[in-house]
Amino acid sequence: MFGNALVFFDDPLSRFFVFTILLISLPSAVYSIGYLKGEYSRKKIFIAWILLVVFIISMLLAVTVRNAFVFLIFWEIMSLVSYFLVVFDTEHEKSISAGTIYIAMAHIGTAFIIAALMLLYCYAHTFDLLAIKDACQTMPAPIKNIIFLLLLFGFGTKAGIVPLHIWLPLAHPQAPSHISSIMSAVMLKTAIYGFLRFIIFILGVDALWWGELVLVLASVSCLTGIIYALVEGDLKKLLAYSSVENIGIILLGVGAGILFQKMGLGILAVFALSAGLYHLINHAIFKGLLFLCAGSVYKATGTRNMEKLGGLIKLMPWTAATFLMGAMAISALPPLNGFISEWLTFQALFLGAGNSGGAVKIFLSICAGILAFTSGLAAACFVKAFGITFLGLPRSKKAASAREVSLSMKAPAVFMSMLALAFGLCAAFIIRWLTMVSGFVLGINTSRISFSLNNFNLAPYPVNGVNLSSPLLALILVSIIGLIFAFLYLGLGKKRIVIGKTWGCGYYNLDSRTEYTATAFSKPFRIAFSFFLLPYRKTEKIRDSLYQVKHFKYEVFTTSIFKRYIYDPLLHSIFKIAHSLRKLQTGSIHLYIAYIFITILLLIILKGF
Amino acid sequence: MAVLGVIAQTIILIIFAPLLSGFIRKIKNNIRMRKGAPVLQPYYNFFKLLFKDEVISENSSWIFGLSPFIVLASSITALLLMPVINGIVSLNQMGDILVLISLLALGRFFLALAGMDVASAFGGMGSSREMFISSLVEPVMLVAVFAVSLNCGSTSMAVISSASIFKLSTLVAVLALLMVTVSETSRIPVDNQETHLELTMIHEAMLLEYSGRSLALIELSAHIKQLIFYSLLANILLPLNSVYFNTGLFGIFIALGLYLIKVFLIGLFIAIIEVSMAKMRLFRAVDFIGFSFALSILAVVLQTAGF
Repeated sequence: MFGNALVFFDDPLSRFFVFTILLISLPSAVYSIGYLKGEYSRKKIFIAWILLVVFIISMLLAVTVRNAFVFLIFWEIMSLVSYFLVVFDTEHEKSISAGTIYIAMAHIGTAFIIAALMLLYCYAHTFDLLAIKDACQTMPAPIKNIIFLLLLFGFGTKAGIVPLHIWLPLAHPQAPSHISSIMSAVMLKTAIYGFLRFIIFILGVDALWWGELVLVLASVSCLTGIIYALVEGDLKKLLAYSSVENIGIILLGVGAGILFQKMGLGILAVFALSAGLYHLINHAIFKGLLFLCAGSVYKATGTRNMEKLGGLIKLMPWTAATFLMGAMAISALPPLNGFISEWLTFQALFLGAGNSGGAVKIFLSICAGILAFTSGLAAACFVKAFGITFLGLPRSKKAASAREVSLSMKAPAVFMSMLALAFGLCAAFIIRWLTMVSGFVLGINTSRISFSLNNFNLAPYPVNGVNLSSPLLALILVSIIGLIFAFLYLGLGKKRIVIGKTWGCGYYNLDSRTEYTATAFSKPFRIAFSFFLLPYRKTEKIRDSLYQVKHFKYEVFTTSIFKRYIYDPLLHSIFKIAHSLRKLQTGSIHLYIAYIFITILLLIILKGF
Repeated sequence: MAVLGVIAQTIILIIFAPLLSGFIRKIKNNIRMRKGAPVLQPYYNFFKLLFKDEVISENSSWIFGLSPFIVLASSITALLLMPVINGIVSLNQMGDILVLISLLALGRFFLALAGMDVASAFGGMGSSREMFISSLVEPVMLVAVFAVSLNCGSTSMAVISSASIFKLSTLVAVLALLMVTVSETSRIPVDNQETHLELTMIHEAMLLEYSGRSLALIELSAHIKQLIFYSLLANILLPLNSVYFNTGLFGIFIALGLYLIKVFLIGLFIAIIEVSMAKMRLFRAVDFIGFSFALSILAVVLQTAGF
């Protein structure tokens, strides 16, 4: 049974994930040198490094190992180590409660995965995943459907798809920033690995509704994630919610791939899955980058609350520039990498809609509309994140006295922002590699399929006159900027620039208190989505005397409808059941002896029959 | 040769873009029984601003200085993608209609950042509202474009503009796009270009701190953006026939003339809408955009049904 416990996959899928994990983990590890220094004691820094190394290794092994049982062991180590990292700041009360919710949700997810793997074992009588794959071909459809649902729920919890996302915005921001970066950028992706490896590769797509279900969940995750991110005032929490959104975008590609494969559109399935994988690696890059920058801001100012930040672009120019790069990439602006993968996802949905009819066509169009809505909201969200944090005037003394972080923290951020640019410009090369990976997952020969026209142009297949050349786009953008600059400064000469005060309707002593705040920025969204966010406010007048109000305190909150309508009732009923079971356990020894007696009696009677 | 054609077309359109704004303003004034500024007023403004000194807020950073360049460059790049005279195809290799939408988003992103850069409450308010409206408009535009593209099987601008397919779904999509155009070019009833009260502004509030050359660049890019939207409508609603290209220079002139007539007709229509309606308050605009979203979904449904 365990004869081949430590046999590894050496196929395109595992290699892709190993590459992604290393690409993000190594810069994050370098970043932690500067980040941990001064923040923690020597002993804690030592522990942090050991946990980090174990965390990275457990992820690497989880995405490569070929034995289902050993996979579970590494999966569990990954969850546990990341739990210790979430509660690393033990002095914060929030860390403990966030960690508890995280570990509970992680184990509920793992329980479902265990159930699915046990069902698979019942059919294959082996834990070797390749043997299970062969056994799956003769598996009856209802069992397949059950295993699919179990895996979807199990890995979905880890990926943070709505409504199983509840732990993600609590746990990710609470860890030290290099860990938040690895968790959001890479650890969530191991769940996507689970989707690809177990559902598509091993189980094989069996029904049309699988793809449709994944697409619905993906669309809901996209919208929910970004709406919560928009109204969030905590910089790292905002990024964590945006991870929920991006997992949704990745799953749009994956779900479309599943759907198209079942519809018999093999090439389109490869295209859609490649788009999903492209967004996967892109999200790893820019979310890793953004979390590192948020960590630098936290290290320099001691706060993650955006209402206390501002004006950092002058004090921390490198962090600001790299954060801007990440913000542009995540808002899908050309020619950066996020734009390329969203374009590919749109094209996949479009071609899918073009090749189908009836309800599926309308469904895919609505998915594309939701993706567009999401990317519009993401742009608003990151205008807010960058604008409030880095632009304007500092909103607190700490922010005003911030200093740029050390080289070991700047360098990884610069490296990753260059990656965001490179993955945008070299799209044609990358899509070739990803085509191979997704072809392998779907079991489709891709040697004749190419989604690029030459070394620079992306083009969907079959060619319908659509293509995208990001290097050309970047070249034209830069040269037009150059031309305008040349026209103004060489053609017309330099003009005098007068430094003045900001316009305040004639009032000239504006300070940071008259600036627009993060809460104010998201107000229109809070009102427009009030049916979903259920916002409420608390106002309090702090008086000197009856006639004079000294301070006015104003706080805005939103209610999580998932917590209110799903988790709270669920918890409530669990507690209620537990409470009523307590009546059995009264502490009376006589009663317990009676229980034992009744049990033995029952067993004897049962045996007698 | 093709590249030269694209460059020539783009330069002509950049020069032409402010005229359209002047024309709309003139029409509006004439309908209101006013004399109004000359049609060439946008050009006078542009050159006046170009030769003026600039006042910059002490709070601003390099984002503020860089934004006008990025805003103008992104709208000119988007203009390169727009086929106007069919045959002198736009830079089709560079991208499709989705790229065009993203390029406009790039400009908007930087303009919104510039609004927040000067630590002014008006700027922040403008940025917030602009991003609010534009994020609502984004799905409408995409789904409407989706419906049109499904009719011709491609999202390529050249294919969309040269396809002579005319269906009911296209008409409904164009109606949705018209509403998108109104809100994206900051026209009544969503926004008001002429307002002088900071609190009622959306787009203009972001630009409050700009002066001189930077303002000239941003205004020019607003004219270009408007022209892009009108051209999109003109191309989808009444595609040109490639016959004109085959007849050489004469054909190009006919095509150009037809294009101008179409764009001015759309401008006339927008002007009439502007004078006959009042600006909605911000949260009424949500209903307006919601209605256009319903139209775009209807367009996809009609397309699926074969209309």
